Amino acid sequence: MVEHRPWLTFLTHAILIFGMLLLVIPIYVTFVASSHSLDEITAHFSLLPGTQLVENYTSALSVGPRDVGATVGTMMLNSLIMALGITLGKIFISLLAAYAIVYFKFRFRMFFFWLIFITLMLPVEVRILPTYKVAADLKILDSYPGLILPLIASATATFLFRQFFMTVPDELCEAVKIDGGGPIRFFFDILLPMSRTSIAALFVILFIYGWNQYLWPLLITTDESYYTLLIGIKRMLDVGEGQAEWQIIMASTILAMIPPILIVIFMQKQFVKGMTETEK
Amino acid sequence: MADVSLDNVFKTFGKTEVIHGISCDIQDGEFIVILGPSGCGKSTLLRMIAGLETITKGDVSIDGTVVNRLEPADRDVAMVFQNYALYPHMTVFKNMAYGLKIRKMPKAEIKRRVEDAARILEITEFLDRKPKQLSGGQRQRVAMGRCIVREPKIFLFDEPLSNLDAKLRVQMRLEIRKLQETLKITSIYVTHDQVEAMTLGDRMIVMDNGYAAQIGTPLDVYERPATRFVAGFIGSPAMNFLTAVVSADGRQVHLHRDISLTLQNGGLPGHGGQKIIMGVRPEHFVLGQAADAMLHLDLDHVEILGSDTLAYGHLGQDKTQVTLRLPSVYHFKKNTVLHLDIPSKNLHFFNTDTGQRIEMQA
Repeated sequence: MVEHRPWLTFLTHAILIFGMLLLVIPIYVTFVASSHSLDEITAHFSLLPGTQLVENYTSALSVGPRDVGATVGTMMLNSLIMALGITLGKIFISLLAAYAIVYFKFRFRMFFFWLIFITLMLPVEVRILPTYKVAADLKILDSYPGLILPLIASATATFLFRQFFMTVPDELCEAVKIDGGGPIRFFFDILLPMSRTSIAALFVILFIYGWNQYLWPLLITTDESYYTLLIGIKRMLDVGEGQAEWQIIMASTILAMIPPILIVIFMQKQFVKGMTETEK
Repeated sequence: MADVSLDNVFKTFGKTEVIHGISCDIQDGEFIVILGPSGCGKSTLLRMIAGLETITKGDVSIDGTVVNRLEPADRDVAMVFQNYALYPHMTVFKNMAYGLKIRKMPKAEIKRRVEDAARILEITEFLDRKPKQLSGGQRQRVAMGRCIVREPKIFLFDEPLSNLDAKLRVQMRLEIRKLQETLKITSIYVTHDQVEAMTLGDRMIVMDNGYAAQIGTPLDVYERPATRFVAGFIGSPAMNFLTAVVSADGRQVHLHRDISLTLQNGGLPGHGGQKIIMGVRPEHFVLGQAADAMLHLDLDHVEILGSDTLAYGHLGQDKTQVTLRLPSVYHFKKNTVLHLDIPSKNLHFFNTDTGQRIEMQA
């Protein structure tokens, strides 16, 4: 479609630039604030980067915010462990579940598929109280398994892999059978490599999902050494009558954004591939 | 190297029976073609031999051993699929080596076998490529290479040429036949293409709706079709069928009140007075003289193909449509009358109800 209407070009650009500013300015302000001292922030600070950048970040990473008891470095590590645990766990379990549903005939197969499918519609929040009870009974509060396990099942990923597996021609499975391989070989030698791009795409989505988990870690962690970064930021704000350490909070916020951004940057090629094409 | 024996094999899917008892003994090194229209159960039969479908009733034996309950891997068969089913993420080499790797063959031996097969199939230069980078014909070769390297007892082909263009199909057909003659491995080949069946097979099984309508050599099937279905399925253009009544003494057939054919051989003495179906292949009509010709065909349409001429017309009062194929070029005008003879040996007769062939006396 080729259109030559100058005012339309102007209008579309204006809308896009406005939208972009809307998204970018808060992040920019956060970044600028993270480079000023607390005094400057609480008084009045210019929108140009200040001089405290290195000090603020070093202090956040090594010393940590007052009253929280864990450094931002520790919290980032916790977030990373939780995000990776959730991501890899979800992918692994979903792959296996989808494999079973697509390739094996067992009684109530469709029933189980729909059971999984229905849970798509239930957000974590709905089942949070019973899940908490189960986690408490299993004594996995304040632990990595506690952070990871309850979030590890994924109907979305199972469904996605199922859809992908269904597009894989049956003949491939039969070719493996004739070549002398069993179900395990078919899964690891054929299906898994073929799902590579889908796995990469899901990895990006699920990692961000895992990294941004808020409610569940907030509920089950009371021990500071298991705080994730998002919980840490929340706790930094809970200062009651005192003065929040805004420069540290802003630095932590910027740090919290970095891993998801890195994942997107490094995996965007596979992500796009996984979303648009299937290797057949 | 193996003989295969099917002993009264049945297959049912749910409540529908799709294979109704097929028996056939396939000799060691024989090339058998299973031919039939789509949905006749030919692929199912092949898959039962491969072990990809269970056998509902009857026995499939390879080398005298019943293999009904064996996994495909333990039957020592190799199969070429219609869509090739190459592993998309593996190179051609790995595709061919995969079956051997699973069987834990030493690396050097795998390499030797794959390279040998690649040389035979002329795909050596593609060994490092992925299937995606190959053309249809090349993929077909890789799929065959994957079978050859295994040195199996039996080759199974499931319509392997149907995804190729016409020219390539002819070429690959020749190559498959040559390959099979060199390797002398028992082969079972499923197709709906009668030309493939005629050219490739030592013998063919013509399937009709889950039954083996006829098992025989290609020429046998062409010259003496066992049923009306086989007669109509083999040959292009298809055989003409005319309803006829046998005269009381069996020496003549009456096509209509106005057309009678005298049978020059022994005729059909046992069928006097019966209603039967007479079949004539389009290529078996002979142009005759106006005075003494058997049939007079009113010409409707002519197609000149260069090598042959196809003529379409109708006969007698009830205007039965007839197709004939004449060698070389004839410039017939529409709406003229052609005078035709048919040598009696080229007539086929079938039972009106059962469709079974009725033999003439010599």
